Formats: sequence, C-alpha cells, structure tokens
Amino acid sequence: MAASANEELECGLTALAARLAPGGTMANLRRLTAGATQEVWRFELVEGERQTPIILRRAPGGTRVSDTAIGLETEAALLEAASAVGVPVPEVRYVLAPEDGLGHGFLMGFVEGETLGGRIVKSDELAGARGFLARQCGEVLARIHTMNPDDFPRLRRSTPAELVEQYRTTYRASPTPRPVFDLAFRWLDAHCPPPPEEMKLVHGDFRNGNLMIGSDGVRAVLDWEIAHVGDPMEDLGWICTNAWRFGMVDKPVGGFGEREDLWAGYEAAGGAPVKRDHALFWEVFGSMRWGVMCASMVAAFRGPDPSVERAVIARRTSENEIDLLRLLAT
Amino acid sequence: MQDQPTPSEVIGAVAAFLKNVVTVQTTGATSFQARVAANALEMMRRQLDLAPAEDAAELERLKALLGHDGTLADLNAELSRRIGAGELDLTTPGLSDHLWATTMAKLAVDQPTYAAYRAELASRDGGHS
Repeated sequence: MAASANEELECGLTALAARLAPGGTMANLRRLTAGATQEVWRFELVEGERQTPIILRRAPGGTRVSDTAIGLETEAALLEAASAVGVPVPEVRYVLAPEDGLGHGFLMGFVEGETLGGRIVKSDELAGARGFLARQCGEVLARIHTMNPDDFPRLRRSTPAELVEQYRTTYRASPTPRPVFDLAFRWLDAHCPPPPEEMKLVHGDFRNGNLMIGSDGVRAVLDWEIAHVGDPMEDLGWICTNAWRFGMVDKPVGGFGEREDLWAGYEAAGGAPVKRDHALFWEVFGSMRWGVMCASMVAAFRGPDPSVERAVIARRTSENEIDLLRLLAT
Repeated sequence: MQDQPTPSEVIGAVAAFLKNVVTVQTTGATSFQARVAANALEMMRRQLDLAPAEDAAELERLKALLGHDGTLADLNAELSRRIGAGELDLTTPGLSDHLWATTMAKLAVDQPTYAAYRAELASRDGGHS
C-alpha cells in the first residue's frame, strides 16, 4: 500500500518537475517528517547539471486535513502575502491543483538553517545570532502584523475571551480533572485583555522550533497552519512560553533572549506599544494552551494515533502544570 | 503473591535493551522510535515505583482540604470543580502546597529532567539548607 502511494507521488512530482523548469526532472524523493497534521517531503529538481532542493508540504496521504488547520492552499497564500511585506519565508513554487492528483499541498523552496530548538539555544555556531535573535523576532512579528486580515476572510477570528473559552471547552472534554488548569482558567478570566482595538493577522505558532535560524538570524518563518485573526500580543506571548525555551528557563524569549529586546524590536519596527500585562497574559495563556493540547493527546492516542510518541506527548501535560504554578503560585 | 523479578525490574531491563541495543542497531525513524519507547518504559517504571506512596499522600491532603472522605479520583474531581467555580483559590490554606506537591510528584514520574522542575527542586534544596 505504502509503496504504491509513494509511486503515485513520485509519478505526480516527476510530471510537476517538468512544469517547474523546462526539461526538469525529479530525483531523490524522501520524507523529512511524519507529522500528524502534515507531511513534509524533499526532492531535488534537476535541470541539466543544476539541482535545486524543493520541499513539498502535503496533507497526510494527500487528503486528510485536520479540523483546526487552515488548509494548505491558504497556508501557501499566507506565505506569499508574508513575503510581500518583508517577512522571511520560503518561496512558494507551486500550489497543488486537483488535476495533479496529489491531494492538498504546495511546493516551496528549501531554506538552509537550523529549526531544532534544542540546538538553537545551545549550538556554538549560533552563539552570535542568539545575541540579536529576540529583537529580530520582534521586528519580524511587527511585519507579520501588518498583513491585511481582510485578504483572508476564511481565517478564524477570535477575541482573547473567545480563545480562553475555546480551550476551556477542549480541556473539559478531556478525561482528567486538573486543579492546576482550573486555577489557570480562573486567572485567565480575571486578567483577560479586552477585544483588541485592531484585530490583526496572528501567526499563531511563532516560536522556537518553527523558525529557520542561521548565523544571520531568522531566515524563514515556518508552520503557518494555525494562523488566525485576533490580538497581536498573542504572538509575543507564545514565543516566551516556557515550553519553547528548550531547557533555558532563564531566557524567556525562545530560550535565547530577553522580553525587553523582543518588545523593543517590535515597537521599533512599527508594532503597537506592548502592554506588559497583556504580554504576561498571553504567556500564561501559552502554557495553558500547550497543556490543553498535550492533554487532548490522550484521546488521539486512544483513537486515530495509538503510537508511543503520542502517548509520551500526552504525558508532557504536567510540564505545563509546573510552568503555570511557577507563573501563578510562587 | 507473584514471583520476582518485579514488573519494575523487568520493564527497566526491556528499556535498557531498547536503548542500548535496538537504537544502536537500527537507523532513522526506527532508531528514534526505539528511543522514545525506551523513555516511555522508564516513565512507567518510575510510576510503578513512586505512585503508590505519592497517591496515598495526595489522598490525605485532599481529605484535609475538602474536609471529607472519598476516593482519590472523586476528591480530585471535586477540587477541580470547586476551583473552577471560584469557591477555592490560592488564599485557601493548604491549596497552594497541595498543588505544588501533586505537580512535583507528577514531574518526578513524567519528566524528571524538565528544566523548570530541576530549577524548582534546586530552589527547595537551597531553601532547606
């Protein structure tokens, strides 16, 4: 089964290679990740002597699409719109069409660099970049927040209070009562910012692990699949959430930088003045959000994905409980 | 009474086999998944070793906090509900200590190398010495 599905993919991509470049062929197709919501493949586009790496992002099996993700066609459109306002992103080369017979997905250029959070916070080669990365992340976020939400009418629009409610509903559907989460939801209710003066396009998953980093800093912002429209401060809190510090708990921004640098970069690049208490709200929200997502893996494990990996992620829920206690009960 | 070695010991041996043999003699995704499986077994071993005493202590704290008897699952659900309803909060005597003790016990099983947990343990040691 798997072999014939791969043959199908290989045939389809060979046909596409000829359209990407005159006389182009496809070589060395291999799968990079086995994500639950996305497949990532890499191949070489061969034109005579020249080889260009190309990345395919595709819905699993080409067809299934998770109900929270925005859809790969929208993701491709977001990448193009982001590029137009100066956000570093991979270049979209082709969006799959029904007649390609390959399901939903798109082809994009390959960006060299490091995405593994654990290496980004520790590696010697990136020591220099870590000095300016937090500020640069702020600058990039300010540009993302200039994207026009009206160009993406199908993206979910949520006020802060609506997002809290959405996650509370997911939490309550999980099998385990969690007093720490209940405490966090009470805190979030009490500290929830009002609907933002201006609803912005929010990346939604802007964090260490979803950024392609090189010695020159942010080379590409990846994983736009949960972009939505809401309070732009959400993005500034999420990158500070402890889960994405990869062990460097004393470096709040992604395990590599300081909040003040992130905020200064954001404001200097034209972002709205950062309200400190709102930023803290979104940091707490981030730990609650990742905790609820981990807790919901129990149902995924007992349902469509009974893998050891899924079970182990479910057991990371408690990491967020200690993170929440450190934020709220010290 | 069942024979020995204990479940904890056998699970530890299987985890060591996965980590020391299987991950080395395989490559790519299989090697990675063998490492994940070894870590999962180590976690279950810690739970077998630590949970009985921790669960008993958690139950005693819950009885004191809520003022009546019950099962661990029922009392934890009641605590969850009453915090959610705003009837209990961090000003409630014993609540913060209970949440911390319960959470630290979970981390000791789930993720004893988690940096925030290590930092918290270190600050407690520092506080006592």
